[in-house]
Amino acid sequence: MTASLTPVQEFLVERLGEAVVEAHAFRGDATVVVARERVVDALREVRDEPWRFEVLVDLTAWDRYPTEPRFEVVYHLLSLKRRERLRIKTRVPGHDPTVPSAVSVFAGANWFEREVWDLFGIRFEGHPNLTRILMPDDWEGHPLRRDFPLTEEPVEFHGHVPKVPSEIVPRVGPAREDP
Amino acid sequence: MTLARETLTINMGPQHPSTHGVLRLVLELEGEVIASCQPVIGYLHTGIEKEMENRTYHQNIALVDRIEYLSSYHEELAYCMAVEKLLGVEVPKRAQYIRVILCELNRIASHLVWLGTTGIDLNVSSLLMYCFRDRERILELSEMVSGQRMMPGYFRIGGVAEDLPEEFPAAARRFLEEFPRRLDEYEAMLTDNLIWRRRHEGVAVLSREDALAYGVTGPTLRGSGIPYDVRKAFPYSSYDEFEFDIPTGEHGDAYDRYRVRMEEMRQSRRIVLQALDRLPDGPVLTPDRKVALPPRAELVRSMEAVIHQFKLVSEGLHPPKGEVYAAVESPRGEKGYYIVSDGSNRPVRVRVRAPSFSNLQALPAMVRGGMLADVVVAIASIDIVLGDVDR
Repeated sequence: MTASLTPVQEFLVERLGEAVVEAHAFRGDATVVVARERVVDALREVRDEPWRFEVLVDLTAWDRYPTEPRFEVVYHLLSLKRRERLRIKTRVPGHDPTVPSAVSVFAGANWFEREVWDLFGIRFEGHPNLTRILMPDDWEGHPLRRDFPLTEEPVEFHGHVPKVPSEIVPRVGPAREDP
Repeated sequence: MTLARETLTINMGPQHPSTHGVLRLVLELEGEVIASCQPVIGYLHTGIEKEMENRTYHQNIALVDRIEYLSSYHEELAYCMAVEKLLGVEVPKRAQYIRVILCELNRIASHLVWLGTTGIDLNVSSLLMYCFRDRERILELSEMVSGQRMMPGYFRIGGVAEDLPEEFPAAARRFLEEFPRRLDEYEAMLTDNLIWRRRHEGVAVLSREDALAYGVTGPTLRGSGIPYDVRKAFPYSSYDEFEFDIPTGEHGDAYDRYRVRMEEMRQSRRIVLQALDRLPDGPVLTPDRKVALPPRAELVRSMEAVIHQFKLVSEGLHPPKGEVYAAVESPRGEKGYYIVSDGSNRPVRVRVRAPSFSNLQALPAMVRGGMLADVVVAIASIDIVLGDVDR
């Protein structure tokens, strides 16, 4: 743990103990990494008094492929009272991409979690309606994963000649085995 | 015997003129009252976030313009600020002021589109012509500065592409001098207009609690009485040096949102005038050669400049490993960029925090129990851009 933590970071470290994997700040962005079993608890703890991080500004994820644990789910919180931002993250292994849903804490997490499921294939346990939101319902795969290639789709226009090569970036290799 | 409650399910959109793009609403009706509303989005999903992972940091500026296309300057500012934060680069004062001027003019232009399209939704079609006439003046100013009316691609990481043209301040002042009279005209036409008020007052009410729970931001949040504005709460790009007020509403209905946006245009004008008055001299791009291209004149004299130019053009800049979040107040609310870098010349992840996405999520809470005809007012009053919702 680094020396200078913000009060809310210290509070989370104290309250959640072992469940806080990491707490740091980069370029002034306070970040706390929490074990995924406790992440909803962490969100609830800081949402209520005295911290009042009551706005879930953003919920997203990113793919650390081929590193394990593969995904990081990122929650950006805002406290109007303290004029402060807080980032809470949790790491999710690639073989079991599930996270407890935060809809019970923030109603606005609903669509964000659907988007993360849609684009990353991370399941949110306890979500009321975890369906695709941006991609078509019959889409296969989760496009924002790093091993999902960015390709040109064949379009059936008259006289259309597909460009060769169609892959703009090379596909990255197969997933590494879990350590 | 129990009476069966019969409801009718209808589709509104995706091709419907008052959904402001390609939004589809599945509405369940009891007579003319909305029992439930389920927005279906994704029709305009273009995968911009995925595209950005495969392009260099500078190339992405051209892409971000297309997300919230009515306020491209805010989009560029948010993206550039995130990359600058990642790099730890300081933006020269003059560039910061120029950015503020363009963003606030852009806010006026965007609010004028909102006002005009709200008017046309409510059958005040002449209003659209008036608003677009004024907006055209702002687009001309944008063209003067960047060469483009929309999608300017004018901001750079570490500053702006070029200094303002000589004739710009005078032209901007000419517009700003006439503008309050125009606004007064529109307000005289609408604010106490009986039909306008009946259609707006008490319609699409969003409570403070709901607004916070859904992460609503911008004029929609301020209409519900919460004075949160990124420009005041987390000042960026020298916003703390300007005097302006944050208008708020009380009831959280469509009328309050209308009042808030009308006042915001006046406040934006105030900011632009202050920025024009106090526009400092100096460079408009950071002198850091690892970030910004060297000036053309240096290329013929300095080998080092040629190397920097080559490196920046061929592979782009390399921010340090890390992750940042930077946000601006766009006309629709908090527009944020969350960028993860692994130290290479391309971002690992660019996440666009879209205000329209969160604001739209609160729509069912606004229209439930209301009349079908008021759905149109509700959509207009949250002022969504579908490019921003679907990205």
